Amino acid sequence: MTLFIWVLVFCCFLCLYRVGAGPTPPDRTVAIDILGTLVVGICTIWAVIKGKDFYINIAIAWALLSFIGTITLAKYLEGKGFDE
Amino acid sequence: MSETVGIIFFIIGGLFDLFGCIGLVRLPDIYNRLQAATKCVTLGTCFILFGAFFWSGFSAMGIKALLCAAFILITSPTAAHALARGSHIFGVKLWEKSLMDKYAEDEEGRLSGGKVEKA
Repeated sequence: MTLFIWVLVFCCFLCLYRVGAGPTPPDRTVAIDILGTLVVGICTIWAVIKGKDFYINIAIAWALLSFIGTITLAKYLEGKGFDE
Repeated sequence: MSETVGIIFFIIGGLFDLFGCIGLVRLPDIYNRLQAATKCVTLGTCFILFGAFFWSGFSAMGIKALLCAAFILITSPTAAHALARGSHIFGVKLWEKSLMDKYAEDEEGRLSGGKVEKA
């Protein structure tokens, strides 16, 4: 089961490469969005390994915060105010 | 419920995540990267969450995993759509081998008062 954790951690390092090397700001924003979704998967597998269900709560909260952060960065890239 | 079905779902989800992140590194353009990474990683994470549901059955963990899967299936395409629109407005150029740009044509038609010229 820990093999899945290592696969997802390797995926996170690929995303961090794109955060560091992305030529434009939207590239980095996409990589941060994908990183949030991957962390949800890591929390789920960790909950299955440990047999405790509150790691799923962390996954739900992380998905919510990642969505709000991505929407905020997209509005910032559009160059509009946050109330439009 | 059944641990074997859960393991199979975990394997499929991990492979989708891995291929999505390889696409995020390898593809040449912001729009290609967005398409590959968002679709593959969303489906892979939903497979992992369904695997957790099949692993633990109708317990607290399984129901919360189903809830989280539904939430990700709703919000992740929304965020990808907003990101694609934002990056197009930000002014990121398409790859030089891209064939068409329908969104720019729509913006031209909208800015010229709704009359779209025939090319």
